[in-house]
Amino acid sequence: MIRVLTAGFYTTIQDLGRVGFAHIGVPVSGAMDGYSAQLANQLLSNNRHDAVLEMTFGNCRFLFEKEQLICITGADFSPRINEARVALNVPLHVKKGAVLSFGKQQYGVRTYVAVKGGFKSEKVLHSRSYYVGITKEILLQKGMLLPVEEQHQFTAKTFSSVKINEAHFQSSRVCCYEGPEYHLLSESQKRAIQKTLFTISKEHSRMGYRLEESIKNDLPSMLTSAVLPGTVQLTPSGKLIVLMRDCQVTGGYPRVLQLTNAAIDILAQKTTGDQFIFELLSL
Amino acid sequence: MNYNLTYKPFGEQAILIEWPSRIDLKISKDIIAFQHTIQQLQHANIADSIIGYNTLTLKYNDDLKDVDQEIAVLKKTYAKPLIVQDVTNFSWQIPVCYEKEFGIDLQEISDKSSLSIDEIIRLHTASTYGVYFIGFLPGFLYLGGLNEKLFMERKSTPRLQVAKGAVGIGGSQTGIYPTKSAGGWNIIGKTPISFFDIENELPCFANPGDEIQFVPVSVADYKRIEEQVLANTYVINKTAIND
Repeated sequence: MIRVLTAGFYTTIQDLGRVGFAHIGVPVSGAMDGYSAQLANQLLSNNRHDAVLEMTFGNCRFLFEKEQLICITGADFSPRINEARVALNVPLHVKKGAVLSFGKQQYGVRTYVAVKGGFKSEKVLHSRSYYVGITKEILLQKGMLLPVEEQHQFTAKTFSSVKINEAHFQSSRVCCYEGPEYHLLSESQKRAIQKTLFTISKEHSRMGYRLEESIKNDLPSMLTSAVLPGTVQLTPSGKLIVLMRDCQVTGGYPRVLQLTNAAIDILAQKTTGDQFIFELLSL
Repeated sequence: MNYNLTYKPFGEQAILIEWPSRIDLKISKDIIAFQHTIQQLQHANIADSIIGYNTLTLKYNDDLKDVDQEIAVLKKTYAKPLIVQDVTNFSWQIPVCYEKEFGIDLQEISDKSSLSIDEIIRLHTASTYGVYFIGFLPGFLYLGGLNEKLFMERKSTPRLQVAKGAVGIGGSQTGIYPTKSAGGWNIIGKTPISFFDIENELPCFANPGDEIQFVPVSVADYKRIEEQVLANTYVINKTAIND
């Protein structure tokens, strides 16, 4: 078991998300930066469906009430076990009674912690991903006990670390395809979407990122239809919203772009004030 | 079948199929039948299929290696007679209390529309509403069939919190908030029925192709039904829809 001493700004349990329930309005959810979450599981030889912790802006502390093998990936918030700095992207043996804490930001926004065997929180509709109205818990709380499977083996098969792909945290290019309504844009609107350096506004969450810059919007209204994580909506005010993992299943704004899955992961490590351009790929 | 459909790739993992752009029960039926046929035939590989008013979005488990090939398969499927689902659709009778403590915007709608409150309630309960699809929130039904006299612009400032079960009108739509949420619709009543209950094997009882009828109830009846819903003993009145 792992005890939450400090819950942090926004910490949840996430797996690959809730597949197969969009037809009753249930969002997919799942780790915002799926690449980093999967890396943590891989380094522990976990199942890819195992649940991990997702921390936003670090500032968390955990007490290990049992010995555990863990792995930290994603954003670097100077993790420590007791007083000693520890590395990301490598299996770590944590002794009983040790405290894992996070401090100063080095890079990125979202940090993942996997434990050997995965977190065993409540599974609802085939997933442990927290979501309001679906799981009882929606955020980690101080004092909570996080259930993990009893482990007897504390050496990883390999203690090899991976060299982290810097572009994942530094890249200012967000790859996407034309969305279903892209063809309705004029040539100048298309140019604006491809040439503008976009800035992430203060309004961003697991549901979506609203961008600062505006595009002229004279598109006709459309009937409500499906949206997906990574769909870029053009709102009536001309602002763009990039939908993220917790987004609703349907929407009524024109869907001008669709991010690649890898681009959603890259955006998940960006925050207010970060800038990027959309790079349009052809299918 | 009947319609000229367009097929578009929607990112690396999804295909969007579009019907003519209008709200039409015939189109809705065709979408449901195509969805069912696809589920019956080829598609172990489809993770989610999401219905809209005039669209069906197929989300695959993996990246589509050859989207043109997949679209060709779908076109072939649509060209043959569709398999109509061997499941009965129901018309659900949903009790709604329109008393003032729940119908908090009735007076405002009455002032703006020059319909009396009784007339608003009569018109809202006189129609049968088709369930087109479920979206927005878990268990939120997109309904068609609101009487034009009841069309009412959304509130200029959305409420930060609308109660679970609130029945509202937003523009040309009517619907039920399945959970408490922020919302800009004009609230005319409240139902004690749960449209999304994670404890149930089927968290949402309604399906696209079903119908909803609102039945006015008193505050006392509302409270009685609410207790039965909590005790899990309330059975929603329903009648089978015969095509």
